[in-house]
Amino acid sequence: MRIKCPYCGWRSIEEFTVRGEVPPPRPAEDADTGEFVDYVYIDQNTRGRTREHWQHTGGCRMWLIVERDTVSHEIFSVIDAREVA
Amino acid sequence: MPQLYRNSSGGQIDRADLLRFSFDGKKYTGYTGDTLASALLANGVRLVGRSFKYHRPRGILTAGVEEPNALVEMRPGPRREPNTRATVVELYDGLEAKSQNRWPSLKFDVMSVNQMLAPFLTAGFYYKTFMWPPSFWEPVYESIIRRAAGLGRVSEAADPDHYEKSNAHCDLLVIGAGPTGLAAALTAARAGARVIIADEGAKLGGALLSERLAVDDMAGDAWVRSAIEELESMPHVRMFARTTVFGRYDAGTYGLVERVADHLPEPPPNTPRQTLWRVFAKRSILASGAIERPIVFGDNDRPGVMLAGAARTYANRYAVQPGKKVVVCGNSDDIARTVADLGAAGCQVVAVVDTRPQSNGVDLGRPIYRNSVVRRALGGQYVQAAEIGEVDSGISTEKVDCDAIVVTGGWSPNINVATHLGARPSYDPDIVGFTLPEHQGEMTVAGSAMGDFGTMDCFSAGERAANACLGALGIAPRNAPVVNDVDEAPFGNMQAFFYVRNAKGKSFVDFQNDVIAKDLRQAVQEGYDSAEHAKRYTTFGMATDQGKTGSLNGAAILADAMGRTIGEVGVTTARPPYTPVSLGAWSGHAAGAEFMPTRRTPMHGWHEANGAEFVEAGLWYRPAYYLRKGEQTWLEASDREVEATRSSVGISDVSTLGKIDIQGPDAGRFLNKLYINGWTKLAVGKARYGLMLREDGMVMDDGTTSRLGEEHYLMTTTTANAAGVMAHIEYCHQVIWPEFDVQYVSVTEQWAQMAIAGPRARDVLTRVVDDVDLSNEAFPFMAARDLTILGGMPARLFRISFSGELAYELAVPADYGTAAWKAVMAAGAPYGITPYGLEALGAMRIEKGHAAGQELDGRTTADDLGLGGMMSKAKDFVGKPLSQRPGLVAEDRPKLVGLRPTTPGERVSAGAHLLPKGAEPVIANDQGWISSAAHSPTLDSWIGLGFVKNGRNRMGERLIAKDFVREREYEVEIVSPHMVDPKGEKLHA
Repeated sequence: MRIKCPYCGWRSIEEFTVRGEVPPPRPAEDADTGEFVDYVYIDQNTRGRTREHWQHTGGCRMWLIVERDTVSHEIFSVIDAREVA
Repeated sequence: MPQLYRNSSGGQIDRADLLRFSFDGKKYTGYTGDTLASALLANGVRLVGRSFKYHRPRGILTAGVEEPNALVEMRPGPRREPNTRATVVELYDGLEAKSQNRWPSLKFDVMSVNQMLAPFLTAGFYYKTFMWPPSFWEPVYESIIRRAAGLGRVSEAADPDHYEKSNAHCDLLVIGAGPTGLAAALTAARAGARVIIADEGAKLGGALLSERLAVDDMAGDAWVRSAIEELESMPHVRMFARTTVFGRYDAGTYGLVERVADHLPEPPPNTPRQTLWRVFAKRSILASGAIERPIVFGDNDRPGVMLAGAARTYANRYAVQPGKKVVVCGNSDDIARTVADLGAAGCQVVAVVDTRPQSNGVDLGRPIYRNSVVRRALGGQYVQAAEIGEVDSGISTEKVDCDAIVVTGGWSPNINVATHLGARPSYDPDIVGFTLPEHQGEMTVAGSAMGDFGTMDCFSAGERAANACLGALGIAPRNAPVVNDVDEAPFGNMQAFFYVRNAKGKSFVDFQNDVIAKDLRQAVQEGYDSAEHAKRYTTFGMATDQGKTGSLNGAAILADAMGRTIGEVGVTTARPPYTPVSLGAWSGHAAGAEFMPTRRTPMHGWHEANGAEFVEAGLWYRPAYYLRKGEQTWLEASDREVEATRSSVGISDVSTLGKIDIQGPDAGRFLNKLYINGWTKLAVGKARYGLMLREDGMVMDDGTTSRLGEEHYLMTTTTANAAGVMAHIEYCHQVIWPEFDVQYVSVTEQWAQMAIAGPRARDVLTRVVDDVDLSNEAFPFMAARDLTILGGMPARLFRISFSGELAYELAVPADYGTAAWKAVMAAGAPYGITPYGLEALGAMRIEKGHAAGQELDGRTTADDLGLGGMMSKAKDFVGKPLSQRPGLVAEDRPKLVGLRPTTPGERVSAGAHLLPKGAEPVIANDQGWISSAAHSPTLDSWIGLGFVKNGRNRMGERLIAKDFVREREYEVEIVSPHMVDPKGEKLHA
């Protein structure tokens, strides 16, 4: 399987490292502990279309958002994580 | 020995090229073009193996990868390979093969008494018998089962061959090179598509090499040769024979294994044994054909029972007679072509048995039993007669002497590879088989795999599929047909007929796993009323066979027992690999010393030349200690190194520490986010110890970071976490705080770094650096700067200390590492400078109470390490909010302490748990654990670091250390972790 890195083009999947679902933005520093607990621990664990953080560790080192289907493994889009930050 | 079953003409073998081979030590001959199976049959060898469970005599059932019986052990010595299908092994001169699963010999096998025990060895036998008591599972039951069951033996010697892994890309991957595959490949290639075509056979051609037919007035094999010639002439086509497409993976990825040298005695020089290919295909065509089914009748596993297609293959392709007196039994017009081909090969067909009431008027000129079936194969180690009876009569009325029973139960589309991504086949009564919709994502299923069993239909289906793929690829199709006309015998008119009712003897459904019809019925009776459950209970369709020949027959029997239709029962899931793939191919070059990359520091060669024993630290090799003449143990060496360092000066290679260069206007503010302590106020030319947390509040890593310029910091990380910290930094910047104007890059491999430690460290370094005042006033503890050494070599010097001594770390560009190291060694010679390894370094840091990987295990907080005071209250940082959760600030958390044995000389061991004296060793009484242990020559005692609940308030208390692994128990006293120079006077000196 391959992933199309926005900088490097089509690359083999083992160049990439998955971190997990894209969490909501990091809460403000003075936010409740509960908000941070959600931020760190709560995943949607979606069956189907989901957005994940992947890093092109064996390439440009960029963190990416990969939108893909957890059932079919189809990849819909790959963008630089900074585009939504 | 003459080949009594070989015809003197015909076939695609080279009679001029006689090959010698041996089977079970007996010598035989065959020809180039033979398989081991065809050569054995040519020599009249019928009995080739013993079955898995009952040790029944087994012969050759098929002529392909679906062979469940003829599994042999190939080659002697370290190349020995068990469970190899004799039907696909290409004969070579000097081949040595052995039967397996028999003792002491194939003809007389002691374990065949299992047949007598058959009433007890029914479905679920292992589950029921070997259930209790659990303590018997491993030591008793497993060893019995392993000896009695199990197939071949692996060679326990190292594999002398090497294997490769490779990638390939194409527009169209064609899986299988029979008529469908060749037509598809030719159509697509002529249109200009980049095509890869792969076939598991020794030659491309599939059934065209096995059947007597004419393709555009050419013999099948002649037409194949012309097709291959044309494909070979096109540079955008790659052809792979001896190559199995074993798996279909996501997004058009396919796994192929090419048996580059399996057909040779051993691989030629510089040639891999096998190559594992990963093919990325935009489109694919599954042209994997169909697999013939047996009919399930009594003792249908007796050597001499053979599938009709295989019998035609042996007769037509290999000029081998499957028997002299043959009974042909079946349920379709394949009977007629089989009778004709066997007749042409000189076999005497003594009876024709047709399950259909009518045989479509084909005059076979032989006794023909209509509406009848072979009910049982009689004989001992091979077939001697067939019992025949009417289909539904339940009794046998005829007995016909014969030496072979050739049987066809119809053809099952071979859709194994198409189902690897989860597609569920459905039953199609028209073709009497399970099929899939034609289009499966990027894959198109075509030809016999779709139930088009005629050769001309296959050619047309291949063209159609190729044109559909070309359309999807945006390539203009070529509509000229590849083949205009095929002349072949009638086929088809199949009746759905799977098994004989009330057959005597054992009726095998799954030959490889010794599953009989009765087992499946029993499984249903015992409540396993789904195909998947019955599969697991009976082992039907498991292991390397994956139900290739037997799955539909099994489904029919299950359907009958459950009172459902075959479609409702379904077939069990087939999983990759389609046929076994050797572990060697999977690992490729990643074997032995090349299993993982090896990282060596720039000074590795010096260490090697000077007695270092290395220890693996991740991928790195680090000196553990340097053994000197007269020293017997690592401990003697380590103690000497510690004493030399503490009393004079030592040098250690610390190049493996992670080094990350961080620059930019926001570098300091960014570090404030990463570390729990503050960085913006750190003066240029100073280093500081930093601790970073994960966002969940636990310690992630520590190290010193130096400020080399206004906007320039150099971070160090532990060796183990270097890569993880780098990715963390990238995540924090790119995802969380992209607004910071900061750049960072790993420079771990760009710098060689060495620690020079001990009271004489300054004296040594003063002789190395160029015109820099290293006095305590000018270059105090935690100073850091760029400088030059040895008259101009660029370097960095940090006054930091892990050992607790007056110490420096000197960094030079990696290529200068050894030169700088040697210069420091020379400068330190007057002081007896001593290289020290990881053992001594560990002992010194434990003496000082410095945490390392054993303490930073992902479960400790900053305060657990006694470093809670470093946490800035004035700023936000990663992990701050969650580090304040009640569980992370609880009083009774285990805290870092020092531990000393109360008995002098007692050895402290890491991993031991700490318990109150007299307490039962259960988790409720657990007070903590020992994380690190070392011998301290300074204190003349073994010492440890560990974690004890509320430990900082329990100094002086005594606990029992219980080491379950080493089965030891000893008493320790809780002390401060700072066991040597607690005030830090030495490092400030």
